[in-house]
Amino acid sequence: MYDTRIRGELVEGGVTYSDITRDILAPIEQPAPAWWYAAMSVSLCAIAFGGWAGYMTISRGIGTWGLNNTQAWGWDIINFIWWIGIGHAGTAFSIFLLILRQKWRTSINRAAEAMTVAAVMCAGIFPLIHMGRPWMAFYVIPYPNTRGPLWVNFNSPLFWDVIAISTYLTASATFWYVGMIPDFATVRDKTNSKVKKLIYGILSFGWVGSAKGWLRFEALSMILGGLTAPLVISVHSIVSMDFATSVIPGWHTTIFPPYFVVGAIFSGFGMVLTLMIIIRNIYNYHHYVTDGHIDAIARILVFISLIMGSAYATEIFIASYSGSEYEYFTFYNNRITGDHMIGFWGMILCNAVIPQLFWFKAVRRNTALVFIISLFVNLGMWFERFTIIVTSLSKDYMPSNWTDYSPTLVEIGLYVGTLGIFTTCILLFFKNIPMIAISEVKGILKHTSIKNAKN
Amino acid sequence: MSTNEYKKHWGSIEEFEVVAGVNTQTEINASDNSRKITKENESISRRDFLKASGFSLVAASLTLSGCKNAINKAIPYLIKPESITPGVSTFYASTFFDGHDYCSILVKTTEGRPIKIEGNTLSRVSTGGTNAKVQASVLSLYDDFRIKSPLKAKQKTTWDTVDAEIISKLEELTKKGNKIVILTSSIISPSTKNVFKDFLKKYPTTEVISYDAISSSGMIEANKMTFGKEVLPTYKFNRADLIVSFGADFLGTWIAPIEFTKQYASRRTPRSKTGKANAGISKHVQFESTLSLTGSNADYRIPINPSEEGPVLLEIYNKLATRAGKKPVAVSDSKVANSQIDAGTLPDELWAKKGRALVVSGSNDVHIQILVNKINSLIGSYGATIDLGNPTYYRQGIDGKMAELIERLEKGEVKGMILYHVNPAYDYPQADRFINALAKTTLSVSFSETMDETASLVNYICPDNHFLESWNDAEPRKGSFSLGQPTIGKLFDTRQAQESLLKWTGLTGSQGGEATEGESAYYLYIKKYWEKALYPLQSGHHSFASFWTAALQNGVYEPPAAHSKSPHTFLLSDHEFSKTVSSVLSEKTEGFEYSLYESIGIGTGRHANNPWLQELPDPVSKVCWDNYLAVSYGTAKKLNLKLGDNVKINDLFELPVLIQPGQSDHTVSIALGYGRTHAGKVADHVGKNAYKLVSLQKRKNGIQRIYSGGGITFKPTGRNYIFALTQTHHTMEGRNHVRRGRLSEYAKNPYTGNEQRIEDLKHKVSLYKARVFEGHHWGLAVDLSRCTGCSACVIACTAENNVPVVGRDEVRQKRIMHWLRVDRYYSEQPVRPEVYFQPVMCMQCNHAPCENVCPVGATQNSKEGLNEMAYNRCVGTRYCMNNCPYHVRRFNWLAYSNNNKFDYNTNSELGKMVLNPDVVVRSRGVVEKCTFCVQRIQESKLVAKTENRELLDGEIKTACVQACPAGAMVFGDLNKKDSAVSKAFLDERNYFLLEELHTVPAVGYLTKIKNDEPLAKS
Repeated sequence: MYDTRIRGELVEGGVTYSDITRDILAPIEQPAPAWWYAAMSVSLCAIAFGGWAGYMTISRGIGTWGLNNTQAWGWDIINFIWWIGIGHAGTAFSIFLLILRQKWRTSINRAAEAMTVAAVMCAGIFPLIHMGRPWMAFYVIPYPNTRGPLWVNFNSPLFWDVIAISTYLTASATFWYVGMIPDFATVRDKTNSKVKKLIYGILSFGWVGSAKGWLRFEALSMILGGLTAPLVISVHSIVSMDFATSVIPGWHTTIFPPYFVVGAIFSGFGMVLTLMIIIRNIYNYHHYVTDGHIDAIARILVFISLIMGSAYATEIFIASYSGSEYEYFTFYNNRITGDHMIGFWGMILCNAVIPQLFWFKAVRRNTALVFIISLFVNLGMWFERFTIIVTSLSKDYMPSNWTDYSPTLVEIGLYVGTLGIFTTCILLFFKNIPMIAISEVKGILKHTSIKNAKN
Repeated sequence: MSTNEYKKHWGSIEEFEVVAGVNTQTEINASDNSRKITKENESISRRDFLKASGFSLVAASLTLSGCKNAINKAIPYLIKPESITPGVSTFYASTFFDGHDYCSILVKTTEGRPIKIEGNTLSRVSTGGTNAKVQASVLSLYDDFRIKSPLKAKQKTTWDTVDAEIISKLEELTKKGNKIVILTSSIISPSTKNVFKDFLKKYPTTEVISYDAISSSGMIEANKMTFGKEVLPTYKFNRADLIVSFGADFLGTWIAPIEFTKQYASRRTPRSKTGKANAGISKHVQFESTLSLTGSNADYRIPINPSEEGPVLLEIYNKLATRAGKKPVAVSDSKVANSQIDAGTLPDELWAKKGRALVVSGSNDVHIQILVNKINSLIGSYGATIDLGNPTYYRQGIDGKMAELIERLEKGEVKGMILYHVNPAYDYPQADRFINALAKTTLSVSFSETMDETASLVNYICPDNHFLESWNDAEPRKGSFSLGQPTIGKLFDTRQAQESLLKWTGLTGSQGGEATEGESAYYLYIKKYWEKALYPLQSGHHSFASFWTAALQNGVYEPPAAHSKSPHTFLLSDHEFSKTVSSVLSEKTEGFEYSLYESIGIGTGRHANNPWLQELPDPVSKVCWDNYLAVSYGTAKKLNLKLGDNVKINDLFELPVLIQPGQSDHTVSIALGYGRTHAGKVADHVGKNAYKLVSLQKRKNGIQRIYSGGGITFKPTGRNYIFALTQTHHTMEGRNHVRRGRLSEYAKNPYTGNEQRIEDLKHKVSLYKARVFEGHHWGLAVDLSRCTGCSACVIACTAENNVPVVGRDEVRQKRIMHWLRVDRYYSEQPVRPEVYFQPVMCMQCNHAPCENVCPVGATQNSKEGLNEMAYNRCVGTRYCMNNCPYHVRRFNWLAYSNNNKFDYNTNSELGKMVLNPDVVVRSRGVVEKCTFCVQRIQESKLVAKTENRELLDGEIKTACVQACPAGAMVFGDLNKKDSAVSKAFLDERNYFLLEELHTVPAVGYLTKIKNDEPLAKS
């Protein structure tokens, strides 16, 4: 049984059930504020920039990027992994905590899952557009065909990437959607607009809130959660195989699967924190997303940050202990020192050092500081992918091939474009979907808030 | 246009577009089409509109889904030409000579198009080797910049008009007694010389003057003064145990590099216990100011300034003279102090290796060459390593005569100029004087193939055929003859220069015999000459027809070498010699000296418009598409110059700086052949013209063109230039990619430098069963001791495999497409670096890291061990490129053909004629790489199969193996124990690149062994 005296209140301010409904549905029912339109237009501009970059890429070729014979991957794969990492938050967050019966997840899981779906969609763009001939992308899909039949190469991690990501996207989206059904019904019941009634009515699958419905709903959530949980591990493990199964120094590492999964969860939680602080401040959801919530995520982050730190230390140790001159060079001469040391030290600083501030309660309880640190985590994880991809490829085995790499405007455009897609999705989410799972918060209200506990 | 009409007619997307009146671009816009149709036909019904939209949609979606290749029609022959079978290539023996380089060649033609040039192994002179320029010459045939018809005052005209006018002017000049000069590059064709003679008979006031863009006049004249022979000797580097070269880049550009490379390489492998015995490794000492290809291969290389060459040679001479009991040349102390270089024990060693040593100098200073001749005669080189009895005819120009000619032109003495294969308006140091002087002639005719700097100044241009469209013969060396035959009909309305001259002489009929249709007069002329002069020399053939056919088939005719061991008496008296030679000690010059050199790819600049050559990285500096000012590391530090800093040179032009390890500290160097202004769209304004810096100096025998000098000034302009460098990291970082050893160590332990191999063999365990190849397993061995880095293989590969040219900007982005690259590493210290070359192509790994990562399985290992690419299957994830530790895979970043941004040979119908039909042209977005010339393997296999026999070892030659003048590469079947490649793989020197990764490559390297025998004291 949840004891508020020990674990604190989960929903503060003594809100009632109707308060919850009113508060959370407010953004949907009221017209969008001016800042929303401003943010939306910025996002759309970013998408337009990305659209131009995508057009250049597809119509002219990958030659519009800054890649070269040695450095055949760059921002495309960096951003792909970065987005996939961010996409880990929602599912990891809500499913692991669901399975662990951590009730504090309820105020956050909706937004985290929405973020996951948006981020995975952004991530999915990159493997597609990074192909030299994206119009031939269907070649990577295994199906009986009239070309032989020619099958895909089941040895290639890239093929398993396709499978893992599409599965993950489907599972996360389903899980997210199923969780929203009761809330859609709430919107349907509350709204006066006929159009909204129709749309939300369809979306809610005719939810009536019967006991049977609730039973099925709970069971399905648990089942989907159980099914999706292994995916969280598998997706980033497979992504890490893209590197781990190669021969390139700095990539060919057995530590990669756990290291990547942990890294992904780290970046995901970082992004959840960023997003939740924004939502809480803009929509005044301090009662629901309490300082306690922020505190809890910060505590998780400090723990993961330690794991990340040990992973980095392990890699560096193994690079010298293995006796491989190429590994040694990559780590000591091209990461710790060398042209790309900004990436490496940025990664260490943002991922392993700065989150250590979360040891201090004063920091954890200072929302502004937490927000800034969460941005550092996002940046640090980008640096990590940059370091892995650029330092390993640019100077590997044969010095005659060594090159350098810097992105072109087109590559930057694609990244900005996906940022635009992400923010657009999030803005649409703000406006059209209850940002906090109403039914779930209501479900825990009785046990976890002081006022109700007294009753 | 009614909609019914187009409904009836369109059969393909292209046709549909034509019918619908849109442009034939493949990227069509669906909505545009429907709009056009509705506009044009206002009475269009709704159904028709929907249909049109539907068509547009289908068209657009088909376009997007890859149905984008235009339909090309193949029309079968009605009457098949005898020698042409579609898909089967034919080889014709021919001769390459551009007035500078000579090579006996085989021309591969497919469906009547010459597409590839290979070395002719039957030639005693070029012995089957080629160089980059020879390999690339096939592309210049398809140069759109060639002149396509005779021109009068730059206006198109007919041959009849031109002939009539020129003949009348020639006759008029002759009548008046005015001088006519034929200014020609060196002519090695005996028939052409006869054509000149006949022309002289008709127009007796004519004079023939030879002019070489890069002159060897100093040597020719030195030989005249010292031995009475106005020729270049033939060198035998293979007979020399000790080679001392003073700035002669004999492996790259000096006189006959193809031949010299063969000779030199044959003496660069150490005696192997397992291999066959050889004469042992030679020792090579190079004194030079900039790091040349030859210097890169030297065992000892001493950077000197050009002004020090004389003093060092004199010092060597004096020591040798003392030993020989002769009086040394007296030298005043103040002058000797000029030189900082100590020749050390070199004279002793030269003396000890008397008759087995060779001293050469690349200088065009007659005094230096006299000194070299004297040294060579003291150490008994003549008759041993130098053959003056069988001279080489590659260079015939005498600088003084050209200088004189300009003076005569200025005075108005010469009224008629006929220019053949020369371009003095570009490559003469006083080009302006020449240009002004040429204007004073009343008749100027050029045979130039392109509108070059000189051709654009003349009255009449009678464009010559390309050599692949021409008949010719050649006598590159006394007693060696070769034939050149056309391999394609004339592409344009051009006429061979000799033919024009015969026409003007009036000899097209009588002297040359009856010219039937299709047979050129010059062909009959050559035939006649051969019948008269050469047929009697032999006894094997009983009729001229059979002799001629054999000669034509072989490309060469070489009567048994005449032994002309004529004693070489030194004609100069000791006093005269001392007097001449002491002038090589110049006074110390202030400031920087400079040296000008010929680059490996661009050469004299004649072939500058060849994009393959422009994109060939300089073997040493790895810069393409530019020339530069090479400065030493020390100078750069002192003057605070960085790579690419632009400097203004002598207020003449601006060039970027390249910091060249091994460069002499007080000398800067610039490559000749760049800065063309009328070469064509590829070469115009690429680099700067350094011929302007060649100095004309008075010597005993007249004016001499000197390719070095002092007092050069250069000051930074503050701008920085980005080079198109194909390799930006220059040391091996202590890794052992190029394994190398010392000869002294090798004698004790043949594994020297290759100790890692023993370790690797110990650890060669696999979890998997070793793959067994039934049938063939192809392998390639590269002997790094033989490889000189000359890069002929790079161009051969480009030509064979339709490798696209990507241009300067893409090379800057490190996106050069060459399937085969030659890596060049310097040892760690930049002042006197050792240099290593390593050709790297696809290793055809047995455990290829690229294969298992491709998501669509576009790259697979064949059952003969080849790592194959299915371009059609490739989606372009580039994962294979990343995972190839050798980085030999190339990606088509952009569309390199049919793209105006890459306006090279694959952007025009004419240029595309050079494409090899056996190799697909890759589209944008796919990865490509070396396939061991799988098309050649397949061809040879088929030939052997139809002849019902086994493949012979060495029968298959990949393009790189075929092109290599050094014989550094061996290709063959690893499954045959006695094949050359299997034997090479068993050599102690053999190793595999990155063997520790267990990629199990099929390309093996043999360690580079340098001769470290110390300079002997006796």
